[in-house]
Amino acid sequence: MGLGYTEKVMEHFKSPHNMGEIKNPDGVGKVGNPVCGDVMKIYIKVRRYKGKEVIGDIKFQTYGCVSAIATTSMMTKLAKGKDLDAALKISRNDVANALGGLPPIKMHCSHLATEALEAAIKDYRKTGKKKAK
Amino acid sequence: MMDKVYLDNAATTRVDSEVLKAMEPYFTKDFGNMASLHSCGREAEHAVEKARRDISKKVNGKDHKLVFTSGGTESNNFTLKGVAFANRDKGKHIITTKIEHECILNAAKWLEKQGFDVTYLPVNKEGFVELDVFSDAIRKDTVLASIIHANNEIGTIEPIRELGKIAHDHNVLLHTDACQSFTKVPIDLKKDNIDLMTINSPKIHGPKGAGGLFIRQGVKMEPLLHGGGQEFGYRSGTVNVSGIVGFAKAVDIMKDKHLKHMEKIRDMLIDGATDIPESWLNGPRGKDRLANNAHFSFRHIEGESLIVHLDLKGIAASTGSACSSKSLEPSHVLMAIGLQPEDAHGSIRFSVGKENTKEEIEYTLRSLHEAVETLRKMSPLK
Repeated sequence: MGLGYTEKVMEHFKSPHNMGEIKNPDGVGKVGNPVCGDVMKIYIKVRRYKGKEVIGDIKFQTYGCVSAIATTSMMTKLAKGKDLDAALKISRNDVANALGGLPPIKMHCSHLATEALEAAIKDYRKTGKKKAK
Repeated sequence: MMDKVYLDNAATTRVDSEVLKAMEPYFTKDFGNMASLHSCGREAEHAVEKARRDISKKVNGKDHKLVFTSGGTESNNFTLKGVAFANRDKGKHIITTKIEHECILNAAKWLEKQGFDVTYLPVNKEGFVELDVFSDAIRKDTVLASIIHANNEIGTIEPIRELGKIAHDHNVLLHTDACQSFTKVPIDLKKDNIDLMTINSPKIHGPKGAGGLFIRQGVKMEPLLHGGGQEFGYRSGTVNVSGIVGFAKAVDIMKDKHLKHMEKIRDMLIDGATDIPESWLNGPRGKDRLANNAHFSFRHIEGESLIVHLDLKGIAASTGSACSSKSLEPSHVLMAIGLQPEDAHGSIRFSVGKENTKEEIEYTLRSLHEAVETLRKMSPLK
């Protein structure tokens, strides 16, 4: 259709992973701006596993283009089950590569997706830590 | 699921089978160069001159020469650059609007770099150029005003006759880009005070690569293409005989019943789509709206996602969202009518054609309702 998306991107757009909200999340991150056409909101639930803080559950809501939706979906898939430090190491390229690449003009979407995750983890570390079990 | 529902007829249309049939002999039998003296060339010349007469008749073009070009972009570039350079001694000011097609806007920007002055008129919320805004913009050194006849995104039909009257009262030439409106809106070049008019073939079930520019006799123009002096010296290059024949056929077969049909299914779309909460129609309703255009905004979702959702269901439409453009800027037309960027992102254009059926529109509306709901469920904006 002339947009240059990979099959993997289309797969995640059609059936996004981890879409929705978490009630009583341990951390929430929101990035982007409706004026620019992208807003991503990430909810995380953190649990302790072998002495580490692990992303037990993660959900997202995205307003944006095909690539914005697909990158948030892929990011949540990559982050789920990872300990927080490992999750923070997920880069924009990791997300884009896992999708088989993104059109150059859409690379900022994968950047936003990882920023949203960072924001959620930061939020957890600041406010949600006590709540996490 | 329906096979394919094509609702992007403002982008381009399917070539009608009658058009294709009319063109065919000019590829294989009468393929001659109309500049040649032999009979093969003469057949081609007859065909082109008949096409010129037939198309001119449609718009009362007795006082105008129809110069065939490669399409809307060429005709619009030719107008702006051709008039600007040929009339430099008279003045260096050109007026156009903020809602023109990119080929006008980018040609105008280029002229600014060459030392010309351009005023870009604002429009109101429905996309109309207001008459007093236009007359206030005219200066002593204004030579040309170029105002789109019907807007390609939101379907607003401008009051071209009144605008032309004002232009002529001030000794300014009026050009109109009629790519979307030609054969859909009645035009009388004389009564409508039009000096130059761009038309094209691929929007009306004719072939791509064919278009034209009506030029009133006596208007001074520099050619864009120099060469063998074809098309009265205005446009050199071997004439696209088959394309022109197809163009004329496309004009000939467009009938009132097609327009009535388009208006009917357009209104079906408008009524059905604006039933969706937090949605609205952009551009006017009724007789000042192009027969085939329906343009909507949906809050809290983004246009590219909507287009792709519909495409997965076999429906072809287009969007003015930034994310679908190379520049990542929202549509200049939607900005000009005062939409907020976030609302412009959630916009979609359906442009119907004579071939679309009522069933296709019903299917499209069902799919549209579903797609908007799916994307809103995903959206964090409420």
